[in-house]
Amino acid sequence: MTPLAAAGPVIPDFGRGSSCVRGNGTFCWDWVDSHWSDTLRPALVQHVVLTLVAIAVGFAIAFALALLAHRRGWITTPVVLVTGLLYTIPSLALFQLLVPFTGLSRTTAEIALVSYTLLILFRNTLAGLAGVPEDVRDAARGMGLTRRQLLWRVELPLAMPAIVAGLRIATVTVISLATVAVFVVNEGLGAPIYAGLQQTFKTELIAAGALCVVLALAADGLLVLAQRVLTPWTRVARSR
Amino acid sequence: MNTDNTAQTEGPNAYPRAATLELRHVRKVYPGASGPAIDDLSLTVPAGEICVLVGPSGCGKTTAMRLVNRMIELTDGEILLDGASVTARKPAELRREIGYVIQQIGLFPHQTIADNVATVPRLLGWGKQRVAGRVRELLELVQLPPELAERYPAQLSGGQRQRVGVARALAADPPLLLMDEPFGAIDPIARHRLQDELLQLQARVRKTIVFVTHDIDEAIKLGDRIAILREGGVLAQYAPPDELLASPADEFVASFVGRDRALKRLALSRVGELSLLPADGGPHGDTIAPDTSLRDALSLLISDGDRPLAVSDGNGGVAGLVSLELIRGALRGGSAR
Repeated sequence: MTPLAAAGPVIPDFGRGSSCVRGNGTFCWDWVDSHWSDTLRPALVQHVVLTLVAIAVGFAIAFALALLAHRRGWITTPVVLVTGLLYTIPSLALFQLLVPFTGLSRTTAEIALVSYTLLILFRNTLAGLAGVPEDVRDAARGMGLTRRQLLWRVELPLAMPAIVAGLRIATVTVISLATVAVFVVNEGLGAPIYAGLQQTFKTELIAAGALCVVLALAADGLLVLAQRVLTPWTRVARSR
Repeated sequence: MNTDNTAQTEGPNAYPRAATLELRHVRKVYPGASGPAIDDLSLTVPAGEICVLVGPSGCGKTTAMRLVNRMIELTDGEILLDGASVTARKPAELRREIGYVIQQIGLFPHQTIADNVATVPRLLGWGKQRVAGRVRELLELVQLPPELAERYPAQLSGGQRQRVGVARALAADPPLLLMDEPFGAIDPIARHRLQDELLQLQARVRKTIVFVTHDIDEAIKLGDRIAILREGGVLAQYAPPDELLASPADEFVASFVGRDRALKRLALSRVGELSLLPADGGPHGDTIAPDTSLRDALSLLISDGDRPLAVSDGNGGVAGLVSLELIRGALRGGSAR
Protein backbone atom coordinates (compact mmCIF):
# COMPACT_ATOMS: atom_id res chain seq x y z
CA MET A 1 0.00 0.00 0.00
CA THR A 2 1.22 3.34 -0.90
CA PRO A 3 1.00 5.66 2.07
CA LEU A 4 -1.58 8.33 1.70
CA ALA A 5 0.92 10.97 2.48
CA ALA A 6 0.66 13.35 -0.42
CA ALA A 7 3.58 14.74 -2.27
CA GLY A 8 2.24 18.26 -2.08
CA PRO A 9 -0.34 20.04 0.09
CA VAL A 10 -3.93 18.85 -0.31
CA ILE A 11 -5.29 22.39 -0.22
CA PRO A 12 -2.61 24.32 -2.05
CA ASP A 13 -3.57 27.73 -0.63
CA PHE A 14 -2.90 26.70 2.91
CA GLY A 15 0.58 25.64 2.09
CA ARG A 16 1.64 29.19 1.43
CA GLY A 17 -0.06 30.51 4.55
CA SER A 18 1.42 31.21 7.91
CA SER A 19 1.39 28.73 10.71
CA CYS A 20 -1.81 30.36 11.97
CA VAL A 21 -3.53 29.80 8.65
CA ARG A 22 -2.12 26.28 8.28
CA GLY A 23 -3.24 25.44 11.78
CA ASN A 24 -6.75 26.82 10.99
CA GLY A 25 -6.49 29.38 13.78
CA THR A 26 -9.62 31.26 14.87
CA PHE A 27 -8.35 34.59 13.63
CA CYS A 28 -5.22 35.21 11.63
CA TRP A 29 -4.01 38.79 11.18
CA ASP A 30 -1.62 37.81 8.43
CA TRP A 31 -4.53 36.44 6.36
CA VAL A 32 -6.29 39.78 6.73
CA ASP A 33 -3.06 41.49 5.79
CA SER A 34 -2.45 39.41 2.66
CA HIS A 35 -6.10 39.51 1.51
CA TRP A 36 -6.83 43.16 2.34
CA SER A 37 -6.26 44.47 -1.14
CA ASP A 38 -7.73 41.60 -3.15
CA THR A 39 -10.74 40.68 -1.01
CA LEU A 40 -11.57 42.87 1.97
CA ARG A 41 -10.92 46.37 0.64
CA PRO A 42 -12.92 45.92 -2.58
CA ALA A 43 -15.77 44.37 -0.58
CA LEU A 44 -15.69 47.29 1.85
CA VAL A 45 -15.75 49.84 -0.96
CA GLN A 46 -18.65 48.04 -2.64
CA HIS A 47 -20.45 47.95 0.69
CA VAL A 48 -20.03 51.69 1.16
CA VAL A 49 -21.33 52.33 -2.37
CA LEU A 50 -24.32 50.03 -1.84
CA THR A 51 -25.13 51.88 1.37
CA LEU A 52 -24.62 55.40 0.01
CA VAL A 53 -26.80 54.77 -3.03
CA ALA A 54 -29.55 53.21 -0.91
CA ILE A 55 -29.52 56.07 1.60
CA ALA A 56 -29.36 58.77 -1.08
CA VAL A 57 -32.22 57.33 -3.12
CA GLY A 58 -34.23 56.44 -0.03
CA PHE A 59 -33.78 59.90 1.43
CA ALA A 60 -34.73 61.62 -1.82
CA ILE A 61 -37.97 59.64 -2.02
CA ALA A 62 -38.82 59.88 1.69
CA PHE A 63 -37.97 63.60 1.83
CA ALA A 64 -40.18 64.41 -1.15
CA LEU A 65 -43.03 62.38 0.33
CA ALA A 66 -42.59 64.06 3.72
CA LEU A 67 -42.73 67.55 2.19
CA LEU A 68 -45.88 66.54 0.34
CA ALA A 69 -47.44 65.07 3.48
CA HIS A 70 -46.45 68.18 5.45
CA ARG A 71 -48.62 70.23 3.11
CA ARG A 72 -51.38 67.72 2.55
CA GLY A 73 -51.91 65.72 5.70
CA TRP A 74 -54.05 63.02 4.08
CA ILE A 75 -50.96 61.67 2.29
CA THR A 76 -49.41 60.58 5.58
CA THR A 77 -51.56 57.50 6.25
CA PRO A 78 -51.15 55.80 2.84
CA VAL A 79 -47.40 56.49 2.84
CA VAL A 80 -46.97 55.06 6.34
CA LEU A 81 -49.05 52.01 5.37
CA VAL A 82 -47.07 51.25 2.22
CA THR A 83 -43.61 51.95 3.64
CA GLY A 84 -44.57 50.08 6.81
CA LEU A 85 -45.57 47.08 4.71
CA LEU A 86 -42.26 47.25 2.81
CA TYR A 87 -40.45 47.42 6.12
CA THR A 88 -42.05 44.21 7.37
CA ILE A 89 -41.21 42.05 4.34
CA PRO A 90 -38.24 39.82 5.24
CA SER A 91 -35.23 40.93 3.23
CA LEU A 92 -34.51 37.51 1.73
CA ALA A 93 -38.11 37.21 0.60
CA LEU A 94 -38.04 40.69 -0.90
CA PHE A 95 -34.89 39.87 -2.87
CA GLN A 96 -36.56 36.75 -4.27
CA LEU A 97 -39.72 38.68 -5.10
CA LEU A 98 -37.72 41.20 -7.09
CA VAL A 99 -35.47 38.79 -9.02
CA PRO A 100 -38.09 37.97 -11.69
CA PHE A 101 -38.31 41.69 -12.51
CA THR A 102 -34.84 43.07 -12.04
CA GLY A 103 -32.75 39.90 -12.11
CA LEU A 104 -29.71 39.04 -10.01
CA SER A 105 -28.43 42.56 -10.17
CA ARG A 106 -27.28 45.45 -8.12
CA THR A 107 -30.62 47.14 -8.91
CA THR A 108 -32.46 44.37 -7.11
CA ALA A 109 -30.27 44.80 -4.05
CA GLU A 110 -30.69 48.58 -4.07
CA ILE A 111 -34.47 48.45 -4.47
CA ALA A 112 -34.70 46.21 -1.44
CA LEU A 113 -32.31 48.34 0.63
CA VAL A 114 -34.08 51.58 -0.32
CA SER A 115 -37.44 50.14 0.65
CA TYR A 116 -36.16 49.57 4.19
CA THR A 117 -35.08 53.19 4.61
CA LEU A 118 -38.36 54.78 3.55
CA LEU A 119 -40.46 54.32 6.67
CA ILE A 120 -37.92 55.67 9.14
CA LEU A 121 -36.77 58.55 6.93
CA PHE A 122 -40.33 59.57 6.08
CA ARG A 123 -41.59 59.42 9.64
CA ASN A 124 -38.64 61.29 11.10
CA THR A 125 -38.67 64.05 8.50
CA LEU A 126 -42.38 64.55 8.89
CA ALA A 127 -42.17 64.47 12.68
CA GLY A 128 -39.36 67.03 12.56
CA LEU A 129 -41.43 69.35 10.39
CA ALA A 130 -44.51 68.87 12.56
CA GLY A 131 -42.45 69.56 15.68
CA VAL A 132 -41.75 73.16 14.71
CA PRO A 133 -43.47 75.27 17.41
CA GLU A 134 -46.67 76.95 16.24
CA ASP A 135 -45.56 80.35 17.56
CA VAL A 136 -42.38 80.18 15.48
CA ARG A 137 -44.42 79.39 12.40
CA ASP A 138 -46.88 82.17 13.19
CA ALA A 139 -44.15 84.74 13.73
CA ALA A 140 -42.44 83.68 10.49
CA ARG A 141 -45.62 84.06 8.47
CA GLY A 142 -46.45 87.30 10.25
CA MET A 143 -43.11 88.77 9.24
CA GLY A 144 -43.76 88.01 5.61
CA LEU A 145 -41.97 84.75 4.88
CA THR A 146 -43.57 82.93 1.98
CA ARG A 147 -44.48 79.28 2.40
CA ARG A 148 -41.30 78.23 0.64
CA GLN A 149 -39.14 80.55 2.75
CA LEU A 150 -40.85 79.25 5.87
CA LEU A 151 -40.04 75.69 4.84
CA TRP A 152 -36.40 76.17 3.85
CA ARG A 153 -35.34 78.85 6.32
CA VAL A 154 -37.29 77.83 9.40
CA GLU A 155 -39.02 74.47 9.31
CA LEU A 156 -36.28 72.33 7.74
CA PRO A 157 -33.43 73.73 9.86
CA LEU A 158 -35.53 73.09 12.97
CA ALA A 159 -36.40 69.59 11.74
CA MET A 160 -32.70 68.82 11.20
CA PRO A 161 -32.13 66.92 14.49
CA ALA A 162 -35.06 64.60 13.74
CA ILE A 163 -33.97 64.15 10.12
CA VAL A 164 -30.39 63.28 11.12
CA ALA A 165 -31.69 60.89 13.79
CA GLY A 166 -33.63 59.11 11.04
CA LEU A 167 -30.57 59.03 8.79
CA ARG A 168 -28.51 57.46 11.55
CA ILE A 169 -30.96 54.63 12.11
CA ALA A 170 -31.47 54.09 8.37
CA THR A 171 -27.73 54.08 7.65
CA VAL A 172 -26.86 51.58 10.36
CA THR A 173 -29.77 49.38 9.26
CA VAL A 174 -28.70 49.46 5.62
CA ILE A 175 -25.05 48.71 6.43
CA SER A 176 -26.16 45.62 8.28
CA LEU A 177 -28.81 44.60 5.73
CA ALA A 178 -26.53 45.09 2.76
CA THR A 179 -24.61 41.95 3.75
CA VAL A 180 -27.68 39.92 2.78
CA ALA A 181 -27.54 41.46 -0.69
CA VAL A 182 -24.92 38.80 -1.47
CA PHE A 183 -27.81 36.48 -2.30
CA VAL A 184 -28.56 38.53 -5.42
CA VAL A 185 -25.29 40.22 -6.23
CA ASN A 186 -21.78 39.15 -5.27
CA GLU A 187 -20.81 42.51 -3.83
CA GLY A 188 -20.15 44.08 -0.51
CA LEU A 189 -19.00 42.66 2.79
CA GLY A 190 -21.68 40.02 2.43
CA ALA A 191 -19.42 38.25 -0.08
CA PRO A 192 -16.51 37.46 2.29
CA ILE A 193 -18.98 36.71 5.08
CA TYR A 194 -20.80 34.25 2.85
CA ALA A 195 -17.50 32.74 1.74
CA GLY A 196 -16.47 32.43 5.37
CA LEU A 197 -19.68 30.60 6.18
CA GLN A 198 -18.84 27.95 3.59
CA GLN A 199 -15.48 26.99 5.09
CA THR A 200 -14.06 25.95 8.43
CA PHE A 201 -11.42 28.67 8.30
CA LYS A 202 -13.20 31.57 10.03
CA THR A 203 -10.84 34.51 9.66
CA GLU A 204 -12.55 35.80 6.54
CA LEU A 205 -15.98 35.71 8.20
CA ILE A 206 -14.76 37.40 11.35
CA ALA A 207 -12.76 40.06 9.50
CA ALA A 208 -15.65 40.97 7.18
CA GLY A 209 -18.13 40.97 10.05
CA ALA A 210 -15.87 43.22 12.09
CA LEU A 211 -15.44 45.58 9.15
CA CYS A 212 -19.21 45.80 8.87
CA VAL A 213 -19.49 46.80 12.53
CA VAL A 214 -16.66 49.32 12.22
CA LEU A 215 -18.29 50.79 9.11
CA ALA A 216 -21.61 51.18 10.91
CA LEU A 217 -19.97 52.86 13.90
CA ALA A 218 -17.95 55.18 11.65
CA ALA A 219 -21.00 56.18 9.60
CA ASP A 220 -22.99 56.84 12.76
CA GLY A 221 -20.14 58.90 14.18
CA LEU A 222 -19.90 60.95 11.00
CA LEU A 223 -23.62 61.69 11.10
CA VAL A 224 -23.42 62.75 14.74
CA LEU A 225 -20.55 65.05 13.80
CA ALA A 226 -22.52 66.45 10.86
CA GLN A 227 -25.44 67.19 13.12
CA ARG A 228 -23.25 69.02 15.62
CA VAL A 229 -21.94 71.22 12.83
CA LEU A 230 -25.37 71.79 11.29
CA THR A 231 -27.32 72.48 14.48
CA PRO A 232 -25.17 74.57 16.79
CA TRP A 233 -28.23 75.99 18.53
CA THR A 234 -29.14 72.63 20.06
CA ARG A 235 -26.02 72.65 22.20
CA VAL A 236 -26.26 76.09 23.81
CA ALA A 237 -26.82 76.20 27.52
CA ARG A 238 -30.47 76.66 28.39
CA SER A 239 -29.99 79.53 30.75
CA ARG A 240 -33.62 79.83 31.81
CA MET B 1 -41.35 111.85 0.83
CA ASN B 2 -40.99 108.78 2.98
CA THR B 3 -40.85 106.25 0.23
CA ASP B 4 -37.22 105.44 0.92
CA ASN B 5 -36.35 103.52 4.01
CA THR B 6 -34.25 105.90 5.98
CA ALA B 7 -33.60 103.67 8.95
CA GLN B 8 -29.95 103.26 8.15
CA THR B 9 -28.96 106.83 7.54
CA GLU B 10 -31.03 108.63 10.11
CA GLY B 11 -30.51 106.44 13.13
CA PRO B 12 -32.91 105.55 15.91
CA ASN B 13 -33.99 109.11 16.57
CA ALA B 14 -35.51 109.57 13.18
CA TYR B 15 -38.52 107.44 12.41
CA PRO B 16 -40.64 109.47 10.09
CA ARG B 17 -42.92 106.68 9.10
CA ALA B 18 -46.23 105.97 10.73
CA ALA B 19 -49.43 105.08 8.95
CA THR B 20 -53.07 105.79 9.55
CA LEU B 21 -55.06 102.61 9.99
CA GLU B 22 -58.71 102.55 9.15
CA LEU B 23 -61.16 99.70 9.58
CA ARG B 24 -64.45 100.13 7.73
CA HIS B 25 -67.41 97.89 8.53
CA VAL B 26 -65.10 94.93 8.98
CA ARG B 27 -66.78 91.57 9.38
CA LYS B 28 -65.30 88.15 9.86
CA VAL B 29 -67.29 84.94 9.89
CA TYR B 30 -65.37 81.71 10.30
CA PRO B 31 -66.70 78.90 8.12
CA GLY B 32 -69.06 76.76 10.13
CA ALA B 33 -69.33 79.26 12.99
CA SER B 34 -72.81 80.17 14.21
CA GLY B 35 -72.13 83.88 14.46
CA PRO B 36 -69.52 86.37 13.29
CA ALA B 37 -66.20 86.67 15.12
CA ILE B 38 -66.06 90.34 14.16
CA ASP B 39 -69.21 92.25 13.35
CA ASP B 40 -69.30 95.62 11.61
CA LEU B 41 -66.12 96.93 13.23
CA SER B 42 -65.19 100.45 12.22
CA LEU B 43 -62.42 102.46 13.79
CA THR B 44 -59.59 104.74 12.80
CA VAL B 45 -56.17 104.79 14.43
CA PRO B 46 -54.41 108.10 13.69
CA ALA B 47 -50.77 107.84 12.63
CA GLY B 48 -48.37 107.56 15.55
CA GLU B 49 -50.95 106.54 18.15
CA ILE B 50 -51.33 103.40 20.23
CA CYS B 51 -54.74 101.79 19.87
CA VAL B 52 -55.41 99.06 22.41
CA LEU B 53 -57.96 96.38 21.57
CA VAL B 54 -59.32 95.01 24.80
CA GLY B 55 -62.16 92.79 25.86
CA PRO B 56 -63.06 89.46 27.44
CA SER B 57 -61.75 86.27 25.84
CA GLY B 58 -63.68 85.36 22.75
CA CYS B 59 -64.44 88.98 21.88
CA GLY B 60 -62.41 88.75 18.69
CA LYS B 61 -59.69 91.22 19.59
CA THR B 62 -56.87 89.01 18.30
CA THR B 63 -58.90 88.18 15.20
CA ALA B 64 -59.38 91.89 14.56
CA MET B 65 -55.63 92.47 14.80
CA ARG B 66 -54.77 89.53 12.56
CA LEU B 67 -57.16 90.78 9.89
CA VAL B 68 -54.92 93.82 9.46
CA ASN B 69 -51.86 91.89 8.24
CA ARG B 70 -54.04 89.26 6.58
CA MET B 71 -53.00 86.43 8.83
CA ILE B 72 -56.78 86.01 8.75
CA GLU B 73 -58.75 87.06 5.68
CA LEU B 74 -61.74 89.28 6.28
CA THR B 75 -65.22 88.31 5.14
CA ASP B 76 -66.53 91.77 4.48
CA GLY B 77 -65.58 95.42 4.81
CA GLU B 78 -62.31 97.17 4.21
CA ILE B 79 -59.03 97.75 5.99
CA LEU B 80 -57.01 100.72 4.80
CA LEU B 81 -53.38 101.44 5.56
CA ASP B 82 -52.68 105.07 4.69
CA GLY B 83 -55.73 104.93 2.46
CA ALA B 84 -54.68 101.80 0.55
CA SER B 85 -56.64 98.60 0.98
CA VAL B 86 -54.62 95.76 2.51
CA THR B 87 -56.47 93.20 0.40
CA ALA B 88 -54.94 94.73 -2.72
CA ARG B 89 -51.50 93.61 -1.59
CA LYS B 90 -49.76 90.25 -1.65
CA PRO B 91 -49.96 89.00 1.96
CA ALA B 92 -46.22 88.30 2.31
CA GLU B 93 -45.26 91.74 0.96
CA LEU B 94 -47.85 93.48 3.13
CA ARG B 95 -46.60 91.70 6.25
CA ARG B 96 -43.03 92.83 5.67
CA GLU B 97 -44.27 96.38 6.12
CA ILE B 98 -46.14 95.65 9.33
CA GLY B 99 -44.26 94.83 12.52
CA TYR B 100 -45.62 91.75 14.28
CA VAL B 101 -45.11 90.80 17.91
CA ILE B 102 -46.92 87.88 19.53
CA GLN B 103 -47.19 86.71 23.11
CA GLN B 104 -44.96 83.66 22.67
CA ILE B 105 -42.60 85.91 20.70
CA GLY B 106 -41.77 83.13 18.24
CA LEU B 107 -38.08 83.84 17.93
CA PHE B 108 -36.33 81.39 15.60
CA PRO B 109 -34.50 79.01 17.95
CA HIS B 110 -31.95 78.07 15.28
CA GLN B 111 -30.83 81.62 14.60
CA THR B 112 -28.77 84.01 16.66
CA ILE B 113 -30.34 87.16 18.05
CA ALA B 114 -28.70 89.18 15.26
CA ASP B 115 -30.10 86.86 12.59
CA ASN B 116 -33.53 86.95 14.19
CA VAL B 117 -33.58 90.73 14.17
CA ALA B 118 -32.31 90.76 10.58
CA THR B 119 -35.19 88.61 9.30
CA VAL B 120 -37.31 91.23 7.55
CA PRO B 121 -34.42 93.42 6.27
CA ARG B 122 -32.98 90.29 4.62
CA LEU B 123 -36.35 89.42 3.11
CA LEU B 124 -36.35 92.93 1.68
CA GLY B 125 -32.92 92.34 0.22
CA TRP B 126 -30.91 94.86 2.22
CA GLY B 127 -27.12 94.68 1.86
CA LYS B 128 -24.96 93.03 4.51
CA GLN B 129 -23.49 96.26 5.89
CA ARG B 130 -26.85 97.92 6.18
CA VAL B 131 -28.37 94.91 7.94
CA ALA B 132 -25.47 94.69 10.42
CA GLY B 133 -25.71 98.42 11.18
CA ARG B 134 -29.45 98.22 11.65
CA VAL B 135 -29.16 95.23 14.02
CA ARG B 136 -26.70 97.12 16.23
CA GLU B 137 -28.96 100.15 16.22
CA LEU B 138 -32.04 98.13 17.19
CA LEU B 139 -30.38 96.24 20.03
CA GLU B 140 -29.39 99.60 21.44
CA LEU B 141 -32.90 100.96 20.91
CA VAL B 142 -34.44 98.15 22.98
CA GLN B 143 -31.61 98.42 25.53
CA LEU B 144 -30.00 95.05 24.96
CA PRO B 145 -26.21 94.72 25.33
CA PRO B 146 -24.50 94.22 21.94
CA GLU B 147 -22.82 90.99 23.07
CA LEU B 148 -26.22 89.28 23.01
CA ALA B 149 -26.19 89.52 19.21
CA GLU B 150 -24.37 86.22 18.77
CA ARG B 151 -26.37 84.31 21.37
CA TYR B 152 -29.29 82.02 20.65
CA PRO B 153 -32.83 82.72 21.97
CA ALA B 154 -32.58 79.83 24.44
CA GLN B 155 -29.76 81.67 26.20
CA LEU B 156 -31.88 84.75 26.97
CA SER B 157 -34.36 85.52 29.74
CA GLY B 158 -38.04 86.01 28.99
CA GLY B 159 -37.78 89.78 29.21
CA GLN B 160 -34.74 89.86 26.94
CA ARG B 161 -36.51 87.65 24.42
CA GLN B 162 -39.48 89.98 24.44
CA ARG B 163 -37.20 92.93 23.71
CA VAL B 164 -35.65 91.00 20.83
CA GLY B 165 -39.18 90.36 19.56
CA VAL B 166 -39.86 94.10 19.54
CA ALA B 167 -36.51 94.84 17.89
CA ARG B 168 -37.23 92.25 15.21
CA ALA B 169 -40.66 93.78 14.56
CA LEU B 170 -39.15 97.25 14.19
CA ALA B 171 -36.24 96.09 12.02
CA ALA B 172 -37.43 97.37 8.67
CA ASP B 173 -38.93 100.52 10.19
CA PRO B 174 -42.57 99.56 9.55
CA PRO B 175 -45.22 102.30 9.72
CA LEU B 176 -47.52 100.01 11.72
CA LEU B 177 -46.85 97.61 14.57
CA LEU B 178 -49.20 94.82 15.66
CA MET B 179 -48.69 93.50 19.18
CA ASP B 180 -50.75 90.57 20.44
CA GLU B 181 -50.55 90.36 24.25
CA PRO B 182 -46.79 90.80 24.04
CA PHE B 183 -46.32 90.96 27.79
CA GLY B 184 -48.94 88.35 28.69
CA ALA B 185 -46.48 85.62 29.62
CA ILE B 186 -44.13 87.81 31.66
CA ASP B 187 -44.10 88.22 35.44
CA PRO B 188 -45.82 91.37 36.76
CA ILE B 189 -42.65 93.27 37.71
CA ALA B 190 -40.92 92.71 34.38
CA ARG B 191 -44.23 93.39 32.67
CA HIS B 192 -44.50 96.87 34.19
CA ARG B 193 -40.94 97.60 33.19
CA LEU B 194 -41.56 96.45 29.63
CA GLN B 195 -44.70 98.59 29.48
CA ASP B 196 -42.71 101.62 30.58
CA GLU B 197 -40.03 100.79 28.04
CA LEU B 198 -42.60 100.48 25.29
CA LEU B 199 -43.92 103.94 26.12
CA GLN B 200 -40.38 105.36 26.10
CA LEU B 201 -39.69 103.59 22.83
CA GLN B 202 -42.91 104.89 21.33
CA ALA B 203 -41.93 108.42 22.34
CA ARG B 204 -38.89 107.97 20.09
CA VAL B 205 -40.26 105.97 17.17
CA ARG B 206 -43.85 107.27 17.02
CA LYS B 207 -45.31 104.27 15.26
CA THR B 208 -48.94 103.47 14.79
CA ILE B 209 -49.45 100.54 17.14
CA VAL B 210 -52.35 98.15 17.50
CA PHE B 211 -51.96 96.46 20.88
CA VAL B 212 -54.14 93.56 21.99
CA THR B 213 -54.60 92.73 25.66
CA HIS B 214 -57.24 91.38 28.04
CA ASP B 215 -55.88 93.52 30.86
CA ILE B 216 -57.78 96.79 31.22
CA ASP B 217 -55.03 98.31 33.36
CA GLU B 218 -52.48 97.65 30.65
CA ALA B 219 -54.87 99.16 28.11
CA ILE B 220 -55.33 102.30 30.20
CA LYS B 221 -51.61 102.63 30.76
CA LEU B 222 -50.55 102.19 27.15
CA GLY B 223 -53.43 103.30 24.98
CA ASP B 224 -53.91 106.66 23.34
CA ARG B 225 -57.23 105.16 22.41
CA ILE B 226 -58.93 102.05 23.67
CA ALA B 227 -61.37 99.92 21.73
CA ILE B 228 -63.45 97.71 24.00
CA LEU B 229 -64.94 94.75 22.20
CA ARG B 230 -67.73 92.59 23.50
CA GLU B 231 -68.46 88.97 22.61
CA GLY B 232 -69.26 88.50 18.93
CA GLY B 233 -66.70 91.10 17.93
CA VAL B 234 -68.93 94.11 18.44
CA LEU B 235 -67.27 97.41 19.30
CA ALA B 236 -68.67 98.55 22.66
CA GLN B 237 -66.75 101.81 22.90
CA TYR B 238 -63.77 103.45 21.23
CA ALA B 239 -62.35 106.38 23.16
CA PRO B 240 -59.27 107.75 24.89
CA PRO B 241 -58.74 106.20 28.36
CA ASP B 242 -59.97 109.22 30.27
CA GLU B 243 -63.21 109.43 28.35
CA LEU B 244 -63.72 105.70 28.70
CA LEU B 245 -63.35 105.91 32.47
CA ALA B 246 -65.33 109.12 32.84
CA SER B 247 -68.29 108.13 30.71
CA PRO B 248 -68.55 104.44 29.86
CA ALA B 249 -70.99 103.95 27.00
CA ASP B 250 -72.98 101.20 28.69
CA GLU B 251 -73.20 98.71 31.52
CA PHE B 252 -70.81 96.29 29.78
CA VAL B 253 -68.06 98.88 29.43
CA ALA B 254 -68.63 100.12 32.98
CA SER B 255 -68.27 96.64 34.42
CA PHE B 256 -65.30 95.83 32.18
CA VAL B 257 -63.33 98.91 33.24
CA GLY B 258 -64.24 98.10 36.85
CA ARG B 259 -65.95 99.77 39.78
CA ASP B 260 -62.72 101.53 40.65
CA ARG B 261 -62.81 103.44 37.39
CA ALA B 262 -62.77 106.74 39.27
CA LEU B 263 -59.51 105.68 40.90
CA LYS B 264 -58.11 104.45 37.60
CA ARG B 265 -58.98 107.79 36.12
CA LEU B 266 -57.22 109.61 38.94
CA ALA B 267 -54.15 107.48 38.26
CA LEU B 268 -53.95 109.03 34.79
CA SER B 269 -53.39 112.59 36.10
CA ARG B 270 -50.62 114.23 38.10
CA VAL B 271 -51.14 116.76 40.83
CA GLY B 272 -48.92 119.17 38.95
CA GLU B 273 -51.60 119.36 36.24
CA LEU B 274 -54.23 120.75 38.65
CA SER B 275 -54.79 124.41 39.42
CA LEU B 276 -53.63 124.15 43.00
CA LEU B 277 -55.01 126.01 45.99
CA PRO B 278 -52.80 128.90 47.07
CA ALA B 279 -50.38 127.99 49.84
CA ASP B 280 -51.63 130.41 52.52
CA GLY B 281 -49.25 129.27 55.22
CA GLY B 282 -52.03 127.32 56.95
CA PRO B 283 -51.63 123.80 58.25
CA HIS B 284 -50.92 121.13 55.66
CA GLY B 285 -49.91 117.49 55.60
CA ASP B 286 -47.11 115.77 53.67
CA THR B 287 -45.29 117.46 50.82
CA ILE B 288 -45.52 115.57 47.53
CA ALA B 289 -43.81 115.91 44.17
CA PRO B 290 -45.77 117.44 41.27
CA ASP B 291 -45.60 114.17 39.30
CA THR B 292 -47.50 112.29 42.05
CA SER B 293 -50.66 110.79 40.56
CA LEU B 294 -54.02 112.05 41.80
CA ARG B 295 -54.73 108.50 42.91
CA ASP B 296 -51.69 108.44 45.19
CA ALA B 297 -52.51 111.93 46.43
CA LEU B 298 -56.03 110.78 47.28
CA SER B 299 -54.65 107.82 49.17
CA LEU B 300 -52.44 110.14 51.23
CA LEU B 301 -55.30 112.57 51.84
CA ILE B 302 -57.75 110.00 53.16
CA SER B 303 -55.14 108.41 55.40
CA ASP B 304 -53.94 111.74 56.75
CA GLY B 305 -57.10 113.34 58.12
CA ASP B 306 -58.44 116.54 56.62
CA ARG B 307 -55.27 118.49 56.05
CA PRO B 308 -54.42 119.34 52.43
CA LEU B 309 -51.14 118.16 50.92
CA ALA B 310 -48.41 120.54 49.85
CA VAL B 311 -47.08 120.17 46.33
CA SER B 312 -43.43 121.04 45.99
CA ASP B 313 -42.35 123.31 43.15
CA GLY B 314 -39.14 121.35 42.62
CA ASN B 315 -36.96 124.12 44.10
CA GLY B 316 -37.60 123.46 47.77
CA GLY B 317 -40.65 125.71 47.83
CA VAL B 318 -44.36 124.95 47.79
CA ALA B 319 -46.26 125.43 44.54
CA GLY B 320 -49.64 125.08 46.18
CA LEU B 321 -51.95 122.80 48.07
CA VAL B 322 -54.15 119.93 47.00
CA SER B 323 -57.28 119.01 48.92
CA LEU B 324 -59.92 116.29 48.77
CA GLU B 325 -62.31 118.81 47.25
CA LEU B 326 -59.86 119.65 44.49
CA ILE B 327 -59.50 116.00 43.51
CA ARG B 328 -63.23 115.47 43.57
CA GLY B 329 -63.55 118.52 41.37
CA ALA B 330 -61.07 117.04 38.92
CA LEU B 331 -63.25 113.93 38.61
CA ARG B 332 -66.38 116.00 38.09
CA GLY B 333 -64.76 118.04 35.34
CA GLY B 334 -64.93 116.85 31.77
CA SER B 335 -61.40 115.61 31.97
CA ALA B 336 -59.23 114.72 34.90
CA ARG B 337 -56.21 115.55 32.87
